[in-house]
Amino acid sequence: MKITSADALESIRREAAAALSVREKSNESASDLACGLDKGTPHMQILCCGGTGCKASESAKIVENFRTSLAQHGIDGKVEVLVPGCFGFCEKGPIVKIIPDNTFYTSVRPDDVEEIVTSHIIGGERVERLLYQDPGTGAHISDSKHMNFYRKQLRIALRNCGFIDPENILEYIARDGYKALADSLRRDSLEVLADVKASGLRGRGGAGFPTGVKWEIARKFDAPDKYVVCNADEGDPGAFMDRSIMEGDPNSVIEAMMICGYCINAHHGLIYIRAEYPLAVHRLQVAIAQAREYGLLGKDILGSGFDFDIEIRYGAGAFVCGEETALIHSMEGKRGEPTLKPPFPAEAGYMGRPTNVNNVETLANVPVILTKGPAWFASIGTEKSKGTKVFALAGKINNVGLIEVPMGTTLREIIYDIGGGVKGGKKFKAVQTGGPSGGCLTEKHLDIPIDYESLAAAGSMMGSGGMIVMDEDDCMVSVAKFFLEFTVDESCGKCTPCRIGNRRMLEILTRITEGRGTMEDLDKLENLAKVIKDTALCGLGQTSPNPVLSTLANFRDEYEEHVRDHVCRAHKCKALLTYSIDPVLCKGCSLCARNCPAEAIVGEVRKPFVINPEKCIRCGMCLSRCKFGAISVI
Amino acid sequence: MSELKLSCEAVRRVEETCEKFNNDPGELISILHECQNNLGYLPEAVQRIIARKLGIPVSKVYGVVTFYSFFSMTPKGKNPVSVCLGTACYVRGSDKVLEEFKRVLGIDVGETTPDGKFSLDCLRCVGACGLAPVATIGEKVYGRLNPSDIRKIVSEFDD
Repeated sequence: MKITSADALESIRREAAAALSVREKSNESASDLACGLDKGTPHMQILCCGGTGCKASESAKIVENFRTSLAQHGIDGKVEVLVPGCFGFCEKGPIVKIIPDNTFYTSVRPDDVEEIVTSHIIGGERVERLLYQDPGTGAHISDSKHMNFYRKQLRIALRNCGFIDPENILEYIARDGYKALADSLRRDSLEVLADVKASGLRGRGGAGFPTGVKWEIARKFDAPDKYVVCNADEGDPGAFMDRSIMEGDPNSVIEAMMICGYCINAHHGLIYIRAEYPLAVHRLQVAIAQAREYGLLGKDILGSGFDFDIEIRYGAGAFVCGEETALIHSMEGKRGEPTLKPPFPAEAGYMGRPTNVNNVETLANVPVILTKGPAWFASIGTEKSKGTKVFALAGKINNVGLIEVPMGTTLREIIYDIGGGVKGGKKFKAVQTGGPSGGCLTEKHLDIPIDYESLAAAGSMMGSGGMIVMDEDDCMVSVAKFFLEFTVDESCGKCTPCRIGNRRMLEILTRITEGRGTMEDLDKLENLAKVIKDTALCGLGQTSPNPVLSTLANFRDEYEEHVRDHVCRAHKCKALLTYSIDPVLCKGCSLCARNCPAEAIVGEVRKPFVINPEKCIRCGMCLSRCKFGAISVI
Repeated sequence: MSELKLSCEAVRRVEETCEKFNNDPGELISILHECQNNLGYLPEAVQRIIARKLGIPVSKVYGVVTFYSFFSMTPKGKNPVSVCLGTACYVRGSDKVLEEFKRVLGIDVGETTPDGKFSLDCLRCVGACGLAPVATIGEKVYGRLNPSDIRKIVSEFDD
């Protein structure tokens, strides 16, 4: 059925919104009392997280078990099972949410399904043991709104994730989906563009270039074929917000691309997505097919005379393809090597035509900016960074997950209030933001309000929003080496500073972690890093020394310890470790010797054993097995 | 490169794939994706056919195949093991998990066991950071791994 006018869209929205109203209401004002069919609730819904994280923990089996169980109880007509996108609270996954009482079950196992159905869905009694338990008070919390993890969040880009069924366009329409497009098509495109500009929205892919200005530049170049490209090549390891948006709310990206097309006079859209994201690809394909079916993609959209269509292009695993010129070459079927700018893609991009490239999260913000108004958006955030930012919180933190907070929130609020602090009560050491292009921030940075400028001033960057927390057991030299290994691996090899410079830096870092470094090496490292930063061709190369520079600036003492004292205080650098057995504490039980994979431990039963340092591979197996605390490492 | 001879059937499928994309060099990456899906990998013989069909030098095809980590010129094992080396997994000890896989399987990264049962690779983030450290074997994701779990996981695949 084609929707041919804005009015027709509005009447479909009204119908769809009525169907969604129960879920909407339960989200706003859930009662403390649980609902159940036996208590007179006529209709219930079960939302099972369908994000990649929960799917890895058998959420598909949970869905299947729910469907089977409901059918066995003969209540499948009254209870619906839906699979929305990621809820964000990955630490506690798989998540199951019950509507209309908005109960949020955590860490659900396929075996728990029957109990949820009989006691909650039918009986109206919550399954207490599956509720989230507040680590501070120990109280069980049934509504996610009251959890610290969600309390400080403001979900704009993620507004529909974990709420709507991403494979049903009507649920998107019900939440004002395609309204921004319909309104825009009735306005002058310059006015729409002015709104995007006034909102202060900046690129969420890392660099933070003002989106409206980017569109304005692309608009200026006239050509018969122009392109709107969505950069969904999320290569930063540990960042998965773009994937979650495409999995949970693919239509928001499509709608925004069309609005962009209208503003810059382009009629072709291309989504460049990693082949490693099969579920996101599938959801996008479904969304594009449905949008075409409803006439929201294609010719004469909503009777406005505007034409637009979208194709998907696949990446093949190259981090550098996140850089827009490299991405464009990759879409043309070539090696993803960047080229010097100018010319910018706005002038000569895909197939030499004017092309505008935006990141997924940036686009997801656009429709809601236009429906709620640029002033609303500009009222959120800091002076120069408006709106919110999605962060993928991971590493040594209690609440791993995907969060969205207003710009200007402090790292302390994110790590301690939302993230629940460092795992296992360990001491916080650093937080790495911006992935391989970013830097490590420390205790002293915890109270700065985060935005593009403040992170850059602190020696890191916003990047795509990966945020990895590290504790006292992490060696900062090893971390810098880890990121450099990544860059060396991913460097396309086109320019010398990146191809050779990074390799030389990695060699120096390897020397240091193996106890062969000199103090001179530290200065060399710093010089080399600065040269690469200044001379590399593209964003990958220019930012690749950041992890080294920021760890050198914040943790120079650790580098010096490695070089001068041959000590790695975090016990990570194997070559610097010595395992030994205390002859007094050793009972001669031989457990360590039996478990040693290198046969490096010898001795006679009931007499102290010894480790042969020549043979020891420093795997730490003996240390973890000894029951008498006789083995130590320095 | 290998001296492998392709079956007539395989040659036909590669040619059909190229034709499906109108022998357009701009679709090279999509063509390679589909060929690798069908054949499991992209040996030299396949690259030669694609180059001929698309009217581009084989060096160009080879250049693209070797540029992207997703494409492989060697066949994968029946159960491809991929250990996530994303940052979140790294700080939670995925390096030790990888070492253990290497030891248990007796192969290095990028290799396949002589019986063709397992191959070992690294990948950068499957996005299941809540379960770090993570490894995948085929489609299945194994989370919260400890080096001591690896032997047992691998033995699950004994026939």
